[in-house]
Amino acid sequence: MDRSVLLSKLKVIVANYSHDKDALEYFNESTDFIKDLKINSANLVDVVLDVEEEFDIEIDNLSMERMVNVSAAMEIISDKLKEK
Amino acid sequence: MNKEEILTHLPYSKPFLFVDELLSIDENGSVGTYTYDKNLDFYKGHFKDNPVTPGVILTETMAQIGLVCLGIFLTATTSSGLPGHVMLTSTAIDFMKPVFPGEKVTVTTEKVYFRFKKLHCKVQMTNAAGDVVCKGTISGMVTNKMNAE
Repeated sequence: MDRSVLLSKLKVIVANYSHDKDALEYFNESTDFIKDLKINSANLVDVVLDVEEEFDIEIDNLSMERMVNVSAAMEIISDKLKEK
Repeated sequence: MNKEEILTHLPYSKPFLFVDELLSIDENGSVGTYTYDKNLDFYKGHFKDNPVTPGVILTETMAQIGLVCLGIFLTATTSSGLPGHVMLTSTAIDFMKPVFPGEKVTVTTEKVYFRFKKLHCKVQMTNAAGDVVCKGTISGMVTNKMNAE
């Protein structure tokens, strides 16, 4: 999947849980879910569950722990998509 | 872990314990009851001369019977076997009927998912007549620390 397509799909998911509208506007590969978007740990789980549904992949516990920013999320999603 | 053991692991005491009895619990949900003591302090002020159980207390009751008891059960049955604490993270509740001092309520919970330490449940409270007094969804994160930030 093209990186820009992946990024925009991720932005749509994250927008439902972000508490910082400005940071969302500048959403890019270096955006941090917790520090920049102010997403709490419970909503981070929702982001991951939505990612699973959107891309039809399964995220394991280890990947979940790494998924704290956009670049890590994109890497994990790309890897899981390749495995399919 | 059985129903009685779960109650001993609840981190509450009077006047903030809102579980009398667990009727059933399994990996998919729980059912429990509580009777609101007429002498609970908040009835003096909610409302003046007209006591009604506050919505936050009904929500708390559903959280204790639903989310917390179920969270303790689910974590106690995992490999580590240690019952965790459940930190409330969100609620969305609709209220249909008032609950007055002395009323007995029954809370029924259905697990929607428990993944990555987040427990998300559908909850419903009924009164002695069997009418639904409030219902909605509640979620929490299971932690090892009671006062985690």
